[in-house]
Amino acid sequence: MNTMTTHSLERKLAILSDAARYDASCASSGTSRRDSKDGKGLGSTEGSGICHAYAPDGRCISLLKILMTNFCIFDCAYCVNRVSSNTERARFTVDEVVTLTLEFYRRNYIEGLFLSSGIIQSPDRTMEDMVRIARKLREEENFRGYIHLKTIPEASPELIEQAGLYADRVSINVEMPTDASVTQYAPEKKPDTIRRAMADVRLRKEASKDRSHTGRRPARFAPAGQSTQMIIGADGSSDATILGQSTRLYSSYGLKRVYYSAFSPIPDATAKLPLIKPPLMREHRLYQADWLMRFYGFDAGEITAGTDGNLDLSIDPKLAWALRNRHAFPVDPMRADRETLLRVPGFGARTVQRIIDTRRHRRLRWDDLARMGANMKNARPFVTLADWTPGALLDSPDLAARFAPRPEQLSLF
Amino acid sequence: MPHIALPRTETDTAWRDAARGLLARGVPPEEVTWSRGDAAQDLFATPPEAVAPARSTIKVPRDFVDLARTVVWHSDPERFARLYAVLWRLRHEKGLMEDRGDAGLAKLRAMEKAVRRDRHKMTAFVRFREIGAPDAARRRFAAWFEPTHHTLEPTAPFFARRFADMDWMIATPDLTAIFEGGQLGFAEGQPKPDIPEDATEELWGTYFRNIFNPARLKIGAMTSEMPKKYWKNLPEARHIPEMIAGAEPRARAMQDAAPTLPPLRAAKITERLAAPGVPRPMADDLDQLKAEENACTRCPLYETATQAVPGIGPRDADLMVVGEQPGDQEDLAGRPFVGPAGQMFNRIAKEAGIDRAQAFVTNAVKHFKFTPRGKRRIHQNPNAGEIKACRFWLTSEIELIRPRLILSMGGTAAESLTGSRKGILARRGSIEATEDGVPVFLTVHPSYLLRLPDPALREAETDKFRADLRAAQAHLEALRTA
Repeated sequence: MNTMTTHSLERKLAILSDAARYDASCASSGTSRRDSKDGKGLGSTEGSGICHAYAPDGRCISLLKILMTNFCIFDCAYCVNRVSSNTERARFTVDEVVTLTLEFYRRNYIEGLFLSSGIIQSPDRTMEDMVRIARKLREEENFRGYIHLKTIPEASPELIEQAGLYADRVSINVEMPTDASVTQYAPEKKPDTIRRAMADVRLRKEASKDRSHTGRRPARFAPAGQSTQMIIGADGSSDATILGQSTRLYSSYGLKRVYYSAFSPIPDATAKLPLIKPPLMREHRLYQADWLMRFYGFDAGEITAGTDGNLDLSIDPKLAWALRNRHAFPVDPMRADRETLLRVPGFGARTVQRIIDTRRHRRLRWDDLARMGANMKNARPFVTLADWTPGALLDSPDLAARFAPRPEQLSLF
Repeated sequence: MPHIALPRTETDTAWRDAARGLLARGVPPEEVTWSRGDAAQDLFATPPEAVAPARSTIKVPRDFVDLARTVVWHSDPERFARLYAVLWRLRHEKGLMEDRGDAGLAKLRAMEKAVRRDRHKMTAFVRFREIGAPDAARRRFAAWFEPTHHTLEPTAPFFARRFADMDWMIATPDLTAIFEGGQLGFAEGQPKPDIPEDATEELWGTYFRNIFNPARLKIGAMTSEMPKKYWKNLPEARHIPEMIAGAEPRARAMQDAAPTLPPLRAAKITERLAAPGVPRPMADDLDQLKAEENACTRCPLYETATQAVPGIGPRDADLMVVGEQPGDQEDLAGRPFVGPAGQMFNRIAKEAGIDRAQAFVTNAVKHFKFTPRGKRRIHQNPNAGEIKACRFWLTSEIELIRPRLILSMGGTAAESLTGSRKGILARRGSIEATEDGVPVFLTVHPSYLLRLPDPALREAETDKFRADLRAAQAHLEALRTA
């Protein structure tokens, strides 16, 4: 167990970034604006985040995403760091994390730090060390870049409060789509403890916005809000269940994002949870559905109504909805209201705004919509324009088949 | 024919000034040629002084100003002329900037997008190498970058805001940005300088290789956001071919590996965690009851609510106040009567002479029932089954507290305490009893008052509610002296 002390910094970084890769979030956007023009510190945040690199898994690398340690006393079946795994263990010191963050940042590799951790000794003990790292970055090093802390729900509320004072974002993972799955696969985690911690974060964030009677603003708390993650495909939950859970999470805790993480093979897996090929397409469709719920006025029930509870993997959920609800089409972009336009396949939120701006001045034609960014291949059967009408196309029985991807020769591997 | 040769820096303001001058003099777009920097001078060109800025009275939409300020940095030699052509049209076409389908504008908007992207990629992909001593008071860094467009000048302030406590230089073929002692300046571009490799690049490569998940190979997603043209100046990119080649075998090896035996310490740790901890001494039975309420699964509401919200108040309270169920705020805080209806109750109770701190306040149903809608939760009435399931807890609280009087607010509390929610408006102000004979004073729920849209009606109903609370308080005092 003490072998970790002999690890070089490079070896520790290898082990503790390898262990952190299953967290999907790498967002660095939406926090308060800061810079270091005064010359006394390092770093800035300017609204939108920056992805500094992309790995061949297609994921953005925005933050130094590491575990403080991958020692863990919990035994979550899906996790590479569970106590019963034989994975190599390591632990960073506070100074090592601080130095890595600053040196990477100075070379413009990253936007900041995403710190997570296995649970050592006790949740409070672990959380204290994480807070110490964030405090040192902010108070001693004057670091003004982005910090995301994965808080430990079992830790005391005082520590979560401190985490929120130093971090831009805090997150607590719900881990699985249902309480039953959490209990089954993460026996030491308690779903109600996780929910209570998320509720606590929301209340603290709301309280930090209220001015006191003297007009003084309290210290800001996690300006980029909170997010959570659930693993997809490890348990038997349907997409309807998953989206229902997301809907509740968004409405209850003011979450900025729910991340869906396709269950992905881990080294030294447990027999309790056989490995599968990660359901990447399912994950992608869930993100699309999540977008429809947050920005396009759909609710979870509509998205999965008329299916077996799972999203169609071959076409996107908005197109699938439109094909099941052809009575609502065709839509005339000259007349339809925003809510209706947002439901037209091929129209994004920006395209809809452009349609509304332009139609005040003149009639829209096919080429106009194409120039406004509409995907006319998808929109074709669902709109009527000055120079286009779908005619019988909308009702043709093989319409769905036209959108399905052409059959492909399957890879032998 | 006027020719405008724009300078290599501050091209944006120079174009704006020249365009203003031309427009003021009524020079049509087809009669002007444009160039930037020392590009081959047109022999017939008018010297730029001839088109020195003139104060034009022409109002230009803000959207166009923003568009021009970005498009001038594009590498297309036609950009200045295209911008001026649109500016020319704007004299007469008022709504032009709002027309998202106009073909002439579409080309400029595509350029704008390309410049934005190029600028964003510069903020992402510039890689500094340390060229000074790491322990110097002010550290020194340098980078070589090859943007697609002339984006160094508009992007350099980003680096100045971010890296203000160090000196740095970003060299590009077109221009070099130099930040020294807090001052940003520009110098000529240069061929790729020889900046020696930095030891931290090794660590960065280690991170890049290990944060990658070999089981999720999506090469297209990577190259669409990090096109190969940038790879030659990214130290981490040299690892990519090997990462791709090794991905499938690594993923397969994970799947094929037989499960191993857990390390010895695992069983001990898991056992220690699973063992029931040292039982904490309970202050009284109320704490025990709270713990049990929180573990309740008698109806499905526990699945969606955050937590059970047990009653709160002195163990020896002689007044118990029963509301309907926790709301949004109560669900988050875990305490009853903290939301808008609770606050209203507190206020009116005080006016009616009820000491809220001396009362035990609770709800007929302990978990919040709601329908999620966007970022909000819409309260839903609990059904008969849920009320019945939760009556167990309410009864337990009554047995523990043994109040002299229960103030029942609203239909749900009435249903739970007396068995019926019918005709609550007719029954308000009267005293009934629980099955066990505890007197129950009936009134409406304060949220009823909050929902009344008519201010006059709301005031009248608030008065009635206050009168009810006064009557309840009077009855309590009578019971105390009895």
